[in-house]
Amino acid sequence: MKLQTLVWREIFERKNQLATSFLAILLGVSVIVAMKNITFYSEKAVAYQLDALGANILVLPKSASLQDYYSADMQNDEFPEEYVKRLTTSDLQGLDNLSPKFSIPVEVTGRRYILTGILPKNEFQAKAAWQSVSIFTRPEACGVAVDVPGLAAPAKEPLVRKRVVQTLGTNEVLIGADMATALKLTEGGTIQLMGRSFKVSAVLPQTGTVDDARAFTHLHTVQQMAGKGAVVNAIEIVGCCQQISQGLVQKINQLLPDAKVATITQIVDTQIKTNRMMSRLSLLFLTIIVLVGGASIANYMFANVFERRREIGTLMALGAGSHVVLRMFLLKAVWLGLAGGVGGYVLGSAMAAILGPRVAGVPVFPMLTPLFWAVGVAVLVCVVATFLPARRAARLDPSAALQEI
Amino acid sequence: MIALQSVSKHFQHRGKPVAALANVTLDIAKGDFVAIIGPSGSGKSTFLHLVGGMLSPTEGKVRIENDSLYDLTSDQRSALRKKKIGFVFQTFNLVPYLTALENVQVPLVLAGLAEEEQQRRAESLLGRVGLSDRLDHKPSELSVGQQQRVALARMLANDPALILADEPTGNLDPETSASIMDFLVELNGEGRTIVMVTHDLRVAGRAKRALRLVNGSIQADGQARPMPGTSASPAEQTALSIN
Repeated sequence: MKLQTLVWREIFERKNQLATSFLAILLGVSVIVAMKNITFYSEKAVAYQLDALGANILVLPKSASLQDYYSADMQNDEFPEEYVKRLTTSDLQGLDNLSPKFSIPVEVTGRRYILTGILPKNEFQAKAAWQSVSIFTRPEACGVAVDVPGLAAPAKEPLVRKRVVQTLGTNEVLIGADMATALKLTEGGTIQLMGRSFKVSAVLPQTGTVDDARAFTHLHTVQQMAGKGAVVNAIEIVGCCQQISQGLVQKINQLLPDAKVATITQIVDTQIKTNRMMSRLSLLFLTIIVLVGGASIANYMFANVFERRREIGTLMALGAGSHVVLRMFLLKAVWLGLAGGVGGYVLGSAMAAILGPRVAGVPVFPMLTPLFWAVGVAVLVCVVATFLPARRAARLDPSAALQEI
Repeated sequence: MIALQSVSKHFQHRGKPVAALANVTLDIAKGDFVAIIGPSGSGKSTFLHLVGGMLSPTEGKVRIENDSLYDLTSDQRSALRKKKIGFVFQTFNLVPYLTALENVQVPLVLAGLAEEEQQRRAESLLGRVGLSDRLDHKPSELSVGQQQRVALARMLANDPALILADEPTGNLDPETSASIMDFLVELNGEGRTIVMVTHDLRVAGRAKRALRLVNGSIQADGQARPMPGTSASPAEQTALSIN
């Protein structure tokens, strides 16, 4: 037999008395685990949605009105292309992908389309000064493409998804899906735009937006065709959500005071609000588990010590030192914490999997990390709450304990 | 074996001091079997706990062999109890959720013995008290006599040189009492020192000598007072004379 056997036997002997404390820990831990789990997948889903949407910050001319997010770059006014350089050489954190645009209307076989000039990624990389910033490095968990199990994978074409393309020649065009269908264009074909011949290097997939009626070519080609010099009328930015919440938009505004900076505030705000709410609720439940769970355990342990006075006195008479008695109660606390932590993790993960799709509208799957977290918190709460009763037991006067009963 | 030098123990009861033991000086030799008799509240249990290192005296010194008990720390006294002293209680004080075998194993666990050795020794001791067929019974599944025998086996687990018995037959019927006393006499015959407190004069009569404790004082000088002209043992004579 080991001391632990004695602890185990006592736990099972008086399991009904222990049930309330165990339940307090179990429920507290399970709610926290469920919330953490749902929050994690909710954040992933929002990040995925933002990523699928593409750019989430727009830099527009000051006079611009923002009626439709996808056609926001079609403004009559413009601003210098030099703004792009200002952004890339600034010390702003959280700028992910960046795409300057200049759009002009074009007519093909009697129909109006939009010809949009974009700057391919390789031209950003070719400029040494622009490489000093983290554009295109896509920091971890920051506006990145996220694969969320159960959700459809985002489109792979980088222009649709990331608002950039790797390379684009000055006489190459990418054609939107509707435009390609209407003009019967396929990859490798040619098209005349404003008297200039372009090679169709790709037909873009359907997006359901105004982009489907666009043709994309090199920015500098469009600037030449418009005859307006080095200007653009929009810069699309994929900003990191975390940095957006920390005031990225305001910082861009300060950097480019003559431009208008807009963001998909509704989506970002929703995420921020959800995160804040979950964070506060997690903190609340952590407080509850510490206070209610801890108080319940401390109360139970004090009662347990009182009830076992004769047993403790007998053990002391048989030669048990104070450290043995202390260890007996702390071992019991550790087992209670382990059981509450593991049980809470299992119950919390199940709750998250069941309630996640209903509460947050996202599929939720069990994660391993909260297990360690749950067990750690539960054991810590149990041990701390048990320490005073255990110390009282260890300091019990064996003579008084044996005589008074 | 045991030496008490001018030992007093005072308690506070509603702000007033109560003398449980008053200036007791006593020597108990190795191999002795002493019965401490006296009415309820006379300080018998206080005396036993004091000798067992569980209750510090207000004044005086208590020695077990060469150790001055209360000059040791609490944990050192626990270690000494583990090594040299066995307790027998009136209410047996078995751990209710452990089997007979596990109850006997408790002192062996505290002594840090290996599990196999614990089991072998506990089985042997329970065999000695006639409970080989009750190893897996919990106290609630045993008769009171059997429970006291488990307690005796547990007391013997660490092979103590000194046995302190607090009313060991107080809850038993006469027949079971007699068998428990036979066993204690047998243990005394093995050279163990026994100090037993009891209010039962017949039980006290089985000891080698009896000391009467009244209002915290040992009568006379702590020696048995044989009654002249009787064939009774010295302890029985003392008991009868007290009666």
